[in-house]
Amino acid sequence: MPNMIVCVKQIADPEAPPGSFRVDEATKSVIPASGVSQVVSPFDEQAVEAALRIKDAHGGKITVLSLGKDFVMDVIRKPMAMGADELILLQDPAFESADSRSTAYALAMAIKKVGEYDLIFCGRQAADWDAGQVGSGIAEFLGIPSVTVAKMVDMVDSKVKVERVVVDGSEVIEVSPPVLVTVSNELGEPRYPKLKGIMAAARKEVPTWTAQDIGADTSQLGAAGARAKLLKLFVPVKEGKCEIIEGENPEDAAVNLALKLREAKLI
Amino acid sequence: MAENKGVMVCGEIIEGKLAAITLEMLGGARALADTLGEELSLVLMGSGVGNLTSEAIACGADKVYVVDDPLLADYQTDSYIVVMEKVVKQVAPNILLLGQTAMGRDLAPRLAFRLDTAVAMDCIELSIDPDSKLMLGTRPVYGGNARGVYASETRPQMATVRVKAMEPKERDDSRKGEVISIESGLDPSMIRTKIVDKLKEEVVGIKLEDAEAVVCGGRGIGSPEAFQDLETLAKILGGAVGATRPPCDNGWVPSTIQIGLTGKIISPTLYIAVALSGSSQHMAGCTGAKNIIAINKDPEANIFKEARFGVVGDYKKVLPALTEKLKELLAG
Repeated sequence: MPNMIVCVKQIADPEAPPGSFRVDEATKSVIPASGVSQVVSPFDEQAVEAALRIKDAHGGKITVLSLGKDFVMDVIRKPMAMGADELILLQDPAFESADSRSTAYALAMAIKKVGEYDLIFCGRQAADWDAGQVGSGIAEFLGIPSVTVAKMVDMVDSKVKVERVVVDGSEVIEVSPPVLVTVSNELGEPRYPKLKGIMAAARKEVPTWTAQDIGADTSQLGAAGARAKLLKLFVPVKEGKCEIIEGENPEDAAVNLALKLREAKLI
Repeated sequence: MAENKGVMVCGEIIEGKLAAITLEMLGGARALADTLGEELSLVLMGSGVGNLTSEAIACGADKVYVVDDPLLADYQTDSYIVVMEKVVKQVAPNILLLGQTAMGRDLAPRLAFRLDTAVAMDCIELSIDPDSKLMLGTRPVYGGNARGVYASETRPQMATVRVKAMEPKERDDSRKGEVISIESGLDPSMIRTKIVDKLKEEVVGIKLEDAEAVVCGGRGIGSPEAFQDLETLAKILGGAVGATRPPCDNGWVPSTIQIGLTGKIISPTLYIAVALSGSSQHMAGCTGAKNIIAINKDPEANIFKEARFGVVGDYKKVLPALTEKLKELLAG
């Protein structure tokens, strides 16, 4: 039965209305909008779902890792409520101000401490910084193969079979474990936690590991291990000059729109 | 590090031709190389790719490094990373660009970490800082709500480039360049993955990426059947149908027509957005659209901030009337 690890990130809800989004250009950070809740990054929930589908079919154990700070426990326990077995939090000031590289390093070190693994799942990208580097980076630090942007993952005999999304369709890839897979939204909707699962998850102990616990080289962590520098963060200005085409009724407005498109030589 | 010189583009080949993104990157990278007064090179990996070198030179490359090996016929992480690591160590470029494609987004992070450098993913703009001479990569972050400008002091400075973010150079067959062959150094045991099948989504009619007119439906369309009405309008306009993420995730339409940050990137002349809110995640896929037309019953929908023309109303009433009138106008 496969040992599986899923890496998830807690972020501000990316579905929040764009109008509420603000940044502080001086500190190059996002100003938390009031009323926007924290969630598990959606692609990471799909990574959890991919692991759960394998567990449904073949059994096995799922350990969830999350690196971050200011964890909202009800939120970050969600993968366990969905059916994962364990959750380990990685929290240490040494992990902060990381780039994708130093984040991947810390997660790889934590995975080594977890020990045995056949499959590691990550979301294809975190829905905040959208870089999509950490999954591949973990595989690189662990020296194992990676398959990115998966829409289907299964185990057939002792092999892992991954359907990977490419521009004009998909490719089916076969690989021997251990392997790291990043999961895309094409996998389908993640399951909702059931009440029983939520209650069981709430009772579980959640250990927190520090840099020392995972035996990390602090020169590789956080800002020290980062190679990318964010020089500027800003919200692009939108012109917002939409001409609303009116009419007696929707049908009439549609006719006026057609005439407008002809007038503007767009058709 | 001072010895790293030149701008290098990691090329992609699709069905025996240089991919559009590769020509776009050559165009954008030419400007970077000229600003720095450095050379522009292209790496071509594949099987039987030697015939593409003259096009690469005509489109801006000063040097083309060819790595030809049957083991490179398909993109696989393990083979391409070994070759790129070898080429980069041999040539020692200052800047290395890859496409933000299935290949580039897979290869770039692993390659960057192996080379102990950083990569700015999905850049829409690249420039050279006049003082530091570092490459500045601008990329959408937070689902397109913000932009981040990144740099790195390690070499090579790496970025992946979004499709259609840069203009290819006009082909000039009088340009001269050099072709250099490099041994792949691969043996089959290095490749741990195996492609066992390729499932190609058949496209009926014009390809979404090539269409001048795109009719795109969102969550508000409500059902797979209702997408037929979008097809009808697209057909009249000689265009293609796209969708936002929810209709794809709900299985109403194939995910190959998804437009957005995690889907296709398009830049049509006319983009008719039907019953979609215009989330940043979606707009990331069509920022290059020249004229956005919004049809939505919610006057507060974000799409009206992006659109040139809009109709506030139920698409079920608006779309048939619009289709009818456009048909009449186009027939006349």
